[in-house]
Parts: sequence; structure tokens; C-alpha cells
Amino acid sequence: MPDISFLLNGESVTVRDASPTATLLDWLRETRGLTGTKEGCNEGDCGACTVMVTDEAGPRALNACILFLPQLHGRAIRTVEGISAPDGTMHPVQQAMVDHHGSQCGFCTPGFVVSMAVGHATGRDDHDDVLAGNLCRCTGYAPIIRAAEAAAENPVPKWVMDTAPGADPISDEDCFLPTTSDALAKWYLDHPDATLIAGATDVGLWVTKQLRDLAPVAFLGGIDDLKGIDRNGDTIRIGAGATMAALMPILRDCHPSYAEMVRRYGSEQVRQAATIGGNIANGSPIGDNPPALIALGATLHLRKGDTRRDLPIGDFFIDYGKQDREPGEFVEAVTIPANAPDLRCYKLSKRFDQDISAVCGCFNITVTDGTVTAAAIAFGGMAGIPKRATHVEAALLNQPWTQATINAAAAEFLKDYTPLTDMRASAGYRQTTAQNMLHRYFAETQGTAVNVLEVQV
Amino acid sequence: MSVAKPLPHDAAPLHVTGQARYVDDIPTPANALHLAFGMAEIAAGSITSMNLDAVRAAPGVVMVLTAGDLPRPADTSPSAHDEPLLSTGEIHFLGQPLFLVAATSHLAARKAARLAEVTYNETKPILTIDDAIAADTRFEEGPRIYGKGDPGTAISKAPKVIEGRFEIGGQEHFYLEGQAALALPQEGGDMEVHSSSQHPTEIQHKVADAIGKPMNAVRSVVRRMGGGFGGKESQGNALAVACAVVAQLTGRPAKMRYDRDDDMMITGKRHDFRIDYRVGVDDEGRILGLEFVQYCRCGWSQDLSLPVADRAMLHADNAYLLENVRITSHRLRTNTQSGTAFRGFGGPQGMVGIERVMDHIAHDLGKDPAEIRKRNYYADATDDTPKKSQTTPYHMEVEDFVLGGLTERLLKTSDYHARRTAIAEWNAREPVLKRGIAFSPVKFGISFTLTHLNQAGALVHVYQDGSIHMNHGGTEMGQGLFQKVAQVAASRFGVDLDHVKITATDTAKVPNTSATAASSGSDLNGMAVKAACDTIRDRLADFVAERHQTDVAKVRFEEGKVHVGGDTLTFEQVVKDAYMNRISLSATGFYATPKIVWDRIKGTGRPFFYFAYGGAVTEVVIDTLTGENRILRTDILHDAGASLNPSLDIGQIEGGYVQGAGWLTTEELIWDGKGRLRTHAPSTYKIPACSDRPDIFNVALWEGENREDTIYRSKAVGEPPLMLGISAYLALSDAISATGSNFPDLHAPATAEQVLAAIARARGA
Repeated sequence: MPDISFLLNGESVTVRDASPTATLLDWLRETRGLTGTKEGCNEGDCGACTVMVTDEAGPRALNACILFLPQLHGRAIRTVEGISAPDGTMHPVQQAMVDHHGSQCGFCTPGFVVSMAVGHATGRDDHDDVLAGNLCRCTGYAPIIRAAEAAAENPVPKWVMDTAPGADPISDEDCFLPTTSDALAKWYLDHPDATLIAGATDVGLWVTKQLRDLAPVAFLGGIDDLKGIDRNGDTIRIGAGATMAALMPILRDCHPSYAEMVRRYGSEQVRQAATIGGNIANGSPIGDNPPALIALGATLHLRKGDTRRDLPIGDFFIDYGKQDREPGEFVEAVTIPANAPDLRCYKLSKRFDQDISAVCGCFNITVTDGTVTAAAIAFGGMAGIPKRATHVEAALLNQPWTQATINAAAAEFLKDYTPLTDMRASAGYRQTTAQNMLHRYFAETQGTAVNVLEVQV
Repeated sequence: MSVAKPLPHDAAPLHVTGQARYVDDIPTPANALHLAFGMAEIAAGSITSMNLDAVRAAPGVVMVLTAGDLPRPADTSPSAHDEPLLSTGEIHFLGQPLFLVAATSHLAARKAARLAEVTYNETKPILTIDDAIAADTRFEEGPRIYGKGDPGTAISKAPKVIEGRFEIGGQEHFYLEGQAALALPQEGGDMEVHSSSQHPTEIQHKVADAIGKPMNAVRSVVRRMGGGFGGKESQGNALAVACAVVAQLTGRPAKMRYDRDDDMMITGKRHDFRIDYRVGVDDEGRILGLEFVQYCRCGWSQDLSLPVADRAMLHADNAYLLENVRITSHRLRTNTQSGTAFRGFGGPQGMVGIERVMDHIAHDLGKDPAEIRKRNYYADATDDTPKKSQTTPYHMEVEDFVLGGLTERLLKTSDYHARRTAIAEWNAREPVLKRGIAFSPVKFGISFTLTHLNQAGALVHVYQDGSIHMNHGGTEMGQGLFQKVAQVAASRFGVDLDHVKITATDTAKVPNTSATAASSGSDLNGMAVKAACDTIRDRLADFVAERHQTDVAKVRFEEGKVHVGGDTLTFEQVVKDAYMNRISLSATGFYATPKIVWDRIKGTGRPFFYFAYGGAVTEVVIDTLTGENRILRTDILHDAGASLNPSLDIGQIEGGYVQGAGWLTTEELIWDGKGRLRTHAPSTYKIPACSDRPDIFNVALWEGENREDTIYRSKAVGEPPLMLGISAYLALSDAISATGSNFPDLHAPATAEQVLAAIARARGA
């Protein structure tokens, strides 16, 4: 593997001869002896391994257990040991955690402290969202939130404000870190069996859980021209490398319901790593972006070498585990309309935050003068692929927007989907709630309260 | 005096800076070996062949052991000697360790462990309660039965009889730090073991047995755990034994930690239960007779299942005086992970059973469930004599009941009645969302029901500079035990807490320790440390009294000073002088809980020294289209006696409540038809996250001291608050009741899917 350079707690570090899929967590603990960063689950679901990673976009919280060393090239990393000042002075969030009894067993605490320090540095006050990716089994979270609130007023300590050092590009044959999509396109043609790694929030588990070897690999995080989010009049073109976190501001502006779903997508650490291109290319039947994108009528942009093609995103998903993507071809971008006021996205999972959807239903139904004039409905979790509810759509189209129409159309779900039973939900529950989501959508248009998350006491 | 002060956890500054050291953080020599188990892929049957050539040939592998390779049989059971470290041919559950890999890295060991070629003779596994009943596979010869009065007659004569069946899921501990152990071979074949364990003496015992040495050759050390919750009472034995065996065979240090998925696939969980009930009530909802049949799914090994199932029976009354009652308990053996200790130890299952009955009675009579509960309460303790006898179903007098007054206070401070009315109005307006509110009480018995475990030892040294070294048999898993006990020690010497050094639990310092369990940590170890401190303090007092020619009763230790007659000395000066005068400054302390006596076969006696109490009011909202639900507000009033540390106690209460609510709502364990646990990682097993805590979360301590003579009249607080979470389950049922007139018959965990199913039942759909 090529040499990887980064800043670690303010100190320049170069890693030589490590495996391209060595995780930051293992390296910190086993090679550097920095054991403050903990392994809780080794799959990015508990946050005990959270580290602060700073690049030109600023600091963010990431899960070190599914972060490969090459992803850190040119960046600055701060572990819990570096959240305190070099002289041992505690960061305000650390002091607040002591004062407010925010630690009990202490094992999740370093991860919480790092997430809190990043939230503090970036001025966040949505603590539940900042900390949704950090699990604590002891405290019930209340004292941790008190600590986060108490620390908010303190200035950001100078010592945590890193500047990413940058680094020379790397173009090793088996571990490729391109900085342009042109370079990626060329290399991928020559290495069609390679694994492309964007945020590694899924591929990370191939390594940490399936114990797979993944050579050759290309890390896409350095390709700036894949990260663009560009609004052109009525459309928004989103580069495949845009993270879910980067996508949030424009979604909040243009598609608030989609944004609300993305708020619950993974966790802060996951959204800061995961890319929309990765979520699409992965082809998972339970990815949360595809149903929304299908309901929005998105166009997918694929590239192979210098050849590009576009297709309606729904056509990309052919069958379980099978997508319309040729060897050497990769997802370059996706284009969505900037305006879809009727879009509603419903994510149903056992736990609200950081949970994979049992059912994810996205509805985009246009009613003109009391009649349905357009309907695009797509679901995740209901079939082997993210799939459109064509029978339901047909039953709605040109019908009056009434409860009777909804009742008739809901029955059509049985023709569109034959869901499975698994550990997330039974087939019957999936079918019932898919139908009920249509009822929810209708009730919402009638001004009825339908969201338990919006109920206050 | 430092006792009763709301001080932070002693290790908090180490936790927040990443300096707190857990087993996997202990620097190990470069030649250390790392271990992993190869695991069974079927749930029941036997091994027909096991080809481990590829495992042995894998990079970094140093040693591979099967049961037959062990120098002597190694067992890891805490009870019945029925858990071989490695399968001896029989397969009892999917995930059972078959062989052990020792390699030069954790990753190398994990990779190698997957390369085995194993063939099996597979038999049909017994997975569910129904399977086990049909096959009559059980622990003990038949069901245990406790009771009093004549429930059959009482029920038959009752104006109203209500029956039901309640399914209650298990729970994964999900301690954030997985199981871990490290064995360091010593000269002469001795072994030093560091482990993440609530029970260092059991580790010592099982390791000594496995390596063929007396217990004095094994030193077991535990500085802290990253969470335990009962899951590290017995489930760490396998790792410690594996490490010690490999360390003995190779002469190299050996470390083992489970990857999270392996941890969840191998280790025990909270027992799931089925509870059948039949209750006769009068028109006011007073219980006249009650019969429970508890079916407890124990998994493959006996482990701690018998006392767990006993405790479920002992909490089947919860807060209610039952004159005619029978509790029948079946302890069923299945081909699944073993049920094991989990905060509450069966108590929560027994308690949620009768709380469900209370709700069912209130529903069928159309009355406020809180009123039905109060109507059936034991009477509050008073100082009047003679006292009216009131006994539990196991014939123990309830002499310290406080829930009458506590409930009145909580219902008032939580504004329960007004909110109940407002919720009904809101529900009448809202077609899709419904709210619910519920109160539930907790009465939890404190003491190990295995009476001999109610003992503890301590070792205290005072050094010649006046600093104090404190050690006891309890372990620190986050509950703040060490801080509480240090506060006791500082108070006995009248010095600041910073005089007291808290040290790792170590079987070489304090022997024959009981598990830190049953909420008993501070009760037992606080008293033992107090005894040790008092021994030294009395020696110092005698010494200075004699020197100053005064009565020893006039010597006081306060605020770092020793007052003797009219003179005042510093603590340090007194210690130094005592040392120079050859006074022993080291002492052991010992405590054995008084008054308890228990016959678990007959089900009679006084198993508990006292009871801890609490109450909670929870409000929730549900979505009737999807079953999605959320806690809106929780008010808790909890009895910790005269608290040793109110901040730590409130921390236990907040955390316990959320953990209990998680058990009964989002935490769902799912096994497939082959017996494979499908929820074996946080991606699929959902403990509460940050936003799942109540929006409004008011927690207060009941002001009152323990009527029994416990350490500074405090009460145990580890387990009882978990059962406050039952109110969340009951509130969901209440919300569901707003959708239809039938009893919702809500099962636990009340996932969104279960809630939606219960809505359909309430509506009669």
C-alpha cells in the first residue's frame, strides 16, 4: 500500500505498508496504543469509536471502525485523547459530562465526547440528532443531553480546530485514490472487478464482519468533481460522491419530507460518510434514497470510460442484487426536480433513529381541481428491489381525491407487492402499513395530525 | 461527611478523556495470543466430523484446540457443571463454541475460525416454549409451586373472573464493552486473569478448575466493566477459561474478546416468559384469588435459570396483597442461548405479569387502573403496634411498604388525573394518533435468594502518610459502587474523599466474593468496608485517647481532624504517630446480611432483608396506522432510602427506566426456524437511542430512610428502577384502548408491529 499521511491529534503521521482495508480503529488501538477510542460493535452502529475528522469542509464525526486508513489521506484526525488540551485541560464537553454525570460505565463515553465536541465546534443544538449514532446502555441519555446543553455556551477551544494538511495524490494500482472522475473512469475500465469505496458505511462491514479481502480498491472520497450539488432552474444535479450530510441543506429547502427521512437515515456519523451514489449503486432493497428518488422521477447518470448514459432511476434496479450497470461503469450523478411539493417520505423502523427501514414508502401525488393528475409511489422493503407501486398509481390516476378512492387504491398494493417476513417485520405488517401509508398521506392532505414525532406535551 | 453528597462517578474524568482502562486496553506483551471460537452452525444434534486443517494452516494461527485436545475437561457453568468450554460432540444451540483458535492477532483468529469444515447429524431443535412443553424438556423434575390460601375456591366464588395469556420477550444486555478476558501466566504455573466480570471469584474458581490448580494459584482482577447488567455474572467464564488454558499450554499471555456478533450469538440473555393468569375479582376490582402459570424459556444450560425463575415467582405479587394465590413455574430447556442474569433477575417478568393483570381488571371493570392498583396494595408501614399481618405469597411479612404514600405523591406531582382527562379529550378529537398514560409501582426484594451469597469482605489499609487504600469484593460496572463505598470509607475516617484510593477488585486482596449482583453491591460492600474502617479507626481512637489521657468516647474524626478531649490533631499526624507506636493500620472487614432465611423448595421464609420501592407515570403517543409510538413524558418517584449519593442514584433510575422501557418496546430478539438468532448486532437489535428517552423526564427520590439497618440507612438501587419501565408498556396499552372496546392483549416487546396488531384486537377486527 502507498504511504498515507494525516494529522493525528495535531501530529503529522505517515503510515507505511498497512493494508488498504486496515481500519482506523484497529490502527489507533493496536499500532498507536490510543485505546481511548473503543470498539463497541465494529459495524458503525454504536458510535463508541467516534473520531473527529477535519478536511476542507470542516470537522465531522465518523465511525473509526468502518473507516479505512486511505480515506484519511491528507486529513486531520482527533481522537478522544486529543479532545483535551495537550496540557490535559478538559474540553468544555468533557467537563460538562463530569459535572452532569454523563458517564456511568464509561465505555461509550469517548465516542459521545467526540460527537459532542464536533457538534460543539459546528454550533449544533440538535443534540438528539448529533448523538443519534452514539448508543449508551447505562444513563438513559438524559444527563448526556444536559451536559451537551451546558457546554454549548463555552467557546470552541483552539486546540481542536485543525487544518487539514492535504497530501500528494496516490495512484497505486491496487489502492487507487483518484482526485478526478476522469481518472477514476480510466482506472475502473482497466480494473472492472475492483471495489469502489465511497463512505465505506456498507463496504466497511464486508471487511469487519464478512472478513473479505477487497483488492484492488479505489477510494472515491478525494474526487471533488463527484461531490457537486448543483441547482439548475427546475432541477438539482447531485454528484454521486455527495454525502447524505452534504445533501441535507438543499433537501430541507426543496424537499422537506425527504429531508426529514434523511434526518433519520443512519446517524450523524453515517450521513457524514455515506454518499448518495453509494446508496444507489449498492442496489439494496432497503436503501432509503431509491424510493424517494423514484417517486421524484429522478434520472440516473452512469459513466463508463468516456461513455455516459442516462436512465430513469427505477430502471437501474433490475432484480435483487442485480442492477443495470456494466463492468467498469459507475454512478456519476443523479438529477431530481427542485420542486415537488406533494412528495412525502415515510420511514418505518423499530427505532426512529439509526435503524434500517422495515418499510420506506415515498408518495408524490398531484391533485388538480380535486382529481389525481399524477402519481408516483415507490417503496423500499416491499420487494427484492426498490419498486414502484404501479397498480396503486393506476388506481389513483384520474380519480377524485377522496377517501373512497384511497380505499380502492390501497387494495391494489396486494398486486404490487409480496413482501417477505424477516427480523425487521412480518410480511403482513409490511403489507398493512404500506397500505396505511397511503391513508396517512391522504389524512395529511386533510390536515389531520399523523406524525407521533410532532406531538408535544 | 462525604456520604449523601451528589459527587460524580469516581472515574468520570478518566471516562471522558479516554484514560479509563478496560480489559482490551491493558498493554499486552508482543507475544500475546488472541483467541476466537469456532461456532456451531446448527441448533441441535451432534458433530459427525470436524476438519480443522485449514484453520491450523491459516496465517498467524499458533494453536487450535477441540474438547479432546484439552488437558482436562473445562467447564464454564456457574451452577450445574453442564457447560463444556468446547462441545464434546453434542450441539445444544446455534453458536455453541466447537473449537478454539489462538493466533497472533484478533483478526487472524477470527478469520481462521471460519475455515473449519464441520459436518453434523442434525436433529429437530426445541426452540420455543411450545416446543419445550410438547417435548417436556425442563430443568428440575417438574414445576415449582408457591402459594397461600385457596385460590381455586376464591376464584370460583368471585363475582368476576378474568383470564389471559401474556408473552414477554427476552432482552440482550448490550453492554457497550463486549465480553473480554486476558490471562497472564505466572511462575510456577500460577495464573493472573483480568476479565470483564461481575464475579471475579467465579472466574478464579472456573479457571483454577480448568487448569488443574487450587484457587490460591489463580488471581482474578477486575478494575471495571463497560457495562454488565447481569450479562457478566457468568457469561465471561468461557473467555477467562479459554485464555487460561491457552496461556497454560503455551506459556504466553492470551487475550480473548468477542466480536459483537459473536457475543450476541454465544452469550445468554434475559429469559423470555409466557404467563397465563386467571384472576377472580370483586366489583371494585379487589383481587380475591389469583393463579399464575409462568413458563420460563431457559435455553440450553441451567446457568442461573433456577434462581431467575424463583425470583419471577417472588415478584408475581409486586405491590399487591394476595390472600389466595398460586404461582406455578416451568423452567424449560431449549436449543437456544442460555437465559442468564439480567438486571432484575426474573423479577421484571414476574412483576410485569401482575401489572398486566391489573390493567386487564381495570379494563374489564371500566375503572382507572391506578385506582385498581391502590385498592390492592399492601398497607403502608406505620409505627403503630400491634401491626396487622400482611404476607407475600411466600409468607414473608411486608413491614416496610411505602407505596401508598408514594403513589399519592407521584399521582399529584405528575398531575396524573388531570392529564388522564385531557388525554381522553385529545383522543376523542384525533382520528389517527392516540395518547395513553399509565402509572405502575415497583416493590423489589433485596438480597440474594441463595442466602449464603449475602456476605462481603473488605480490606482497608491506612498508609503512614494518612492516605487510605480501599478494597472490597464488589465490582464496578458503571453503577458508581466504588464511589459510594469510598464515600463510606472517607466518612468513617472523617476525611476528604481524595484521601481514599479506589482499587481494582482482586481475589488476592479479598477472597470468596459474591457476584456484584442482586443490587446488593453497596449494601454488602459498604458494610464490609465500614467494618474494616471502624476497626482501624477504633485502634487510632484507643491510641490517641490513651495518649491524651481521655475517654475514647470523646475522640471524634471530623473534617480531616481528630478531636481528642480539648485537643485537635490532623488525621495525618495521628496516623503517623500510630505508625511510630506500632499500631496496625490495616484491617479486613466482613458483613453478613441479618434476618434472612429461605426455603426455595417450599417457597417459605424471608428471602429478602427489605424491599425497595418506586413508582412511575408514563405518557405515550401511538400512530394507529403504523403502530409507531413514542414516550412523551415520564415522572418517577423512587425510594433509595437515605441515599449514599443522590446523583448516582438518579443516574441508576434514569438509566434503569430507559433500559426497562427498551426491553418492553423496541428490543426484539428474533430466532428463525433453524434456531439462528437473526438479531445479533445493533443493526438489527434496537436498544433505545438518544431521542427515545422521554421528552420530559422528571425523576425524584422519595425521602425516607431504610427501616432496616443498612449502610447509612440507604437502599439498593441497581435493579429496581428497571421495572419502572413497565409503565411505558402499560401506557401503550392504554393508548391502544382508545381505539376500541376489547382488551388490547398487547404482548411484549410492544414494537410498532405488536402495537398495530393490538389495535386490531382492540377494534375487534
